[in-house]
Amino acid sequence: MTAATTNGDRTIQFREALREAMTEEMRQDERIFLLGEEVAEYNGAYKVSQGMLDEFGPNRIIDSPISENGFAGLGIAAAMYGLRPIIEFMSWSFSLVAADQILNNAPKMLYMSGGQWGCPIVFRGNDGAGGQLGSTHSWCVEALFANVPGLKIAIPSDPYDAKGLLKTAIRDEDPVFFLESERMLSDKGHVPEEEYTVPFGKAALRREGSDCTLVSFGRPVHFCQEACDILEGDGITCDLLDMRTVRPLDSESIVESLKKTNRIVVVDQSWPFASVASEVISQVCEKAFDWLDAPPKRVNSDDVPAPYAKNLEAAFLPHAEKIVTTVRSIVR
Amino acid sequence: MPKKVAYKAQIEHLQILDENGKLDEKLAKGTLTDKQVLALCEHIILCRHYDEIAFKLQRSGRMGTYPQNKGQEAIAATAMAVTRNDWMVPCYRENSALFLHGLPMEHILLHWMGDERGNQIPEDVNVMPISIPIGTHMLHAMGIAWAKKLQKTDHVALTYFGDGATSEGDFHEAMNFATVMKAPCVFICQNNQWAISVPREKQMASETVAQKGLAYGADCIQVDGNDVFAVYKATKDAVAKARKGEGVTLIETLTYRMGDHTTADDARRYRDSKELEAWAKRDPLLRIQKYLAAKGMWDDKKEKAAEAGAKERVAQIVKNCENIAKPSTDDIFDYTFATLPDDLRAQRDSMRTNSLSLEPGQSTLRSPEPQHA
Ligand SMILES: Cc1ncc(C[n+]2csc(CCOP(=O)(O)OP(=O)(O)O)c2C)c(N)n1
Ligand SMILES: [Mg+2]
Repeated sequence: MTAATTNGDRTIQFREALREAMTEEMRQDERIFLLGEEVAEYNGAYKVSQGMLDEFGPNRIIDSPISENGFAGLGIAAAMYGLRPIIEFMSWSFSLVAADQILNNAPKMLYMSGGQWGCPIVFRGNDGAGGQLGSTHSWCVEALFANVPGLKIAIPSDPYDAKGLLKTAIRDEDPVFFLESERMLSDKGHVPEEEYTVPFGKAALRREGSDCTLVSFGRPVHFCQEACDILEGDGITCDLLDMRTVRPLDSESIVESLKKTNRIVVVDQSWPFASVASEVISQVCEKAFDWLDAPPKRVNSDDVPAPYAKNLEAAFLPHAEKIVTTVRSIVR
Repeated sequence: MPKKVAYKAQIEHLQILDENGKLDEKLAKGTLTDKQVLALCEHIILCRHYDEIAFKLQRSGRMGTYPQNKGQEAIAATAMAVTRNDWMVPCYRENSALFLHGLPMEHILLHWMGDERGNQIPEDVNVMPISIPIGTHMLHAMGIAWAKKLQKTDHVALTYFGDGATSEGDFHEAMNFATVMKAPCVFICQNNQWAISVPREKQMASETVAQKGLAYGADCIQVDGNDVFAVYKATKDAVAKARKGEGVTLIETLTYRMGDHTTADDARRYRDSKELEAWAKRDPLLRIQKYLAAKGMWDDKKEKAAEAGAKERVAQIVKNCENIAKPSTDDIFDYTFATLPDDLRAQRDSMRTNSLSLEPGQSTLRSPEPQHA
């Protein structure tokens, strides 16, 4: 683990922040275990769980056979029986072979047992384009999964939130889908020494401006930052809201910002059709239609499978240039 | 009442050419001719060089992740046991078989360089694209086999997968379907002892992979996977059976992953070097070279010539791959639906004016087709 610098300005990697969240929670709560492919001996396919086997031993840091459906189901039942599983998918793309367990079982247990069997479980892994991994290995699952009632989805954009949100996820009584990005695991950011959590359903205002509200979550928050830099050159300033969780969704903060800027662009790495961006815009129309001075807009990945070639993947993502063009189209 | 035995089974292990290049003449009857063995020897040298160059390309940043095939090239013998009409449904460690089955060698490099065109398989080559989600492709092999049966052909589908892949439900569903439907399907598990850092004993409690097929009523055999004769014979028998509609076979080839899992891995961190050394002695290439040398068909001169030929060939392949024109952004729209819908057409056209895209005139895949191997 990274040694602390002076209190207050310690920076660590995204992956270290995730590890700290799990490690600290595991020290406090014996019910927690981590299960997934390559999490133990190998220290995690992306080194998120580095050193955790040494500290917690093989009963709590558990390498799984290549059976996503199997270990998701195992985790769900263990959660129902009082344990607190953290299930790591190497990639959310591979959670699709466990779809029945994670979508048809975990989020419905409480409901179908009339409140008897809760399912406090965390599923976590890499989401979105990892950098030329091809369409079957580059899934953004948030749009697909956010449709399901009974589950929560957290999607941090920096190390501080990664740690704070993961702690909240582990303590949560419901199934939480925790979406990381392998493109951000090495990102560094400030993470304080002392204990903290980040609550679900509270967006963070990353930038303040007056011309447009940008709403985003996860990696595209960084695309928005880039776009804001460019737009400021034109004298266009934006509020940038990082949603942190898409379920629950902090629509209050969105509406509040919109009332100031009267324009909104949602930036979302999923495909546009029936996406979280679509949901945000529906809610905005329902709750604050009169405050809109321009049509609300979405910037998503293109409506095609994630391309494999470098230039095509870059073109496909909701990158800064697309965001800039979209903002310009509604801010005159 | 005394208990009766309801089911009894055993798994046979087949080896024909041992580590010292000694052949069991009786078992070898009707298998590979010396000419075929010589061809395999040269082919494996070519594939191994290709593998090495791919590794180097990755190290120098000219390619994405690459899974080395080194040590598992005897699987090429499966290609000699089929006809061009039969299908191969691969994962990623049977390059040597795919190439012999007609896949131009450029394709695998292109694929791992991150280019969809690596998966654009020439019409006359019966190979499916590499499947990234582990295990899912076995169901497709079974489906192809079943389709072939309905079409009343006698073509067979072969599918390849690792030991780790047998932990996925897909393996079990594919085996069950194939046997119940008597689909002409041959399952080939390359048991290379490891799935990334997970050794076989932690992946499964069964002693062999082959025995897993017994539960589904398949014929099952374990072979020395570094012995081209055994691999050939088991495949030949399985394919013949499948062709006649006489059932499904699961072949477990015992082999070893001589390299890292992929270029993103360093196996020294979890594997004992002694294990690697022991398996190096069982190398598939070494033993056919010994076999051929004893027959006066192989010597240093031949080896040098084969290596020089491989070098030249692979250099040309790399050149072909690196010189291919960048794919056009049109591709991502054109290949999403069979017929381009209007909204995607509009997106495609607007992307053409995007700074990232290429000239609109450079549409779809008009780049030179890779040469046939
Ligand atoms: C559904 C799914 N889960 C996980 C992975 C990540 N993964 C890629 S290769 C691999 C190990 C495969 O081992 P094995 O089947 O023995 O094949 P080998 O690599 O040894 O040839 C894993 C877990 C994946 N690609 N797909
Ligand atoms: Mg293996």
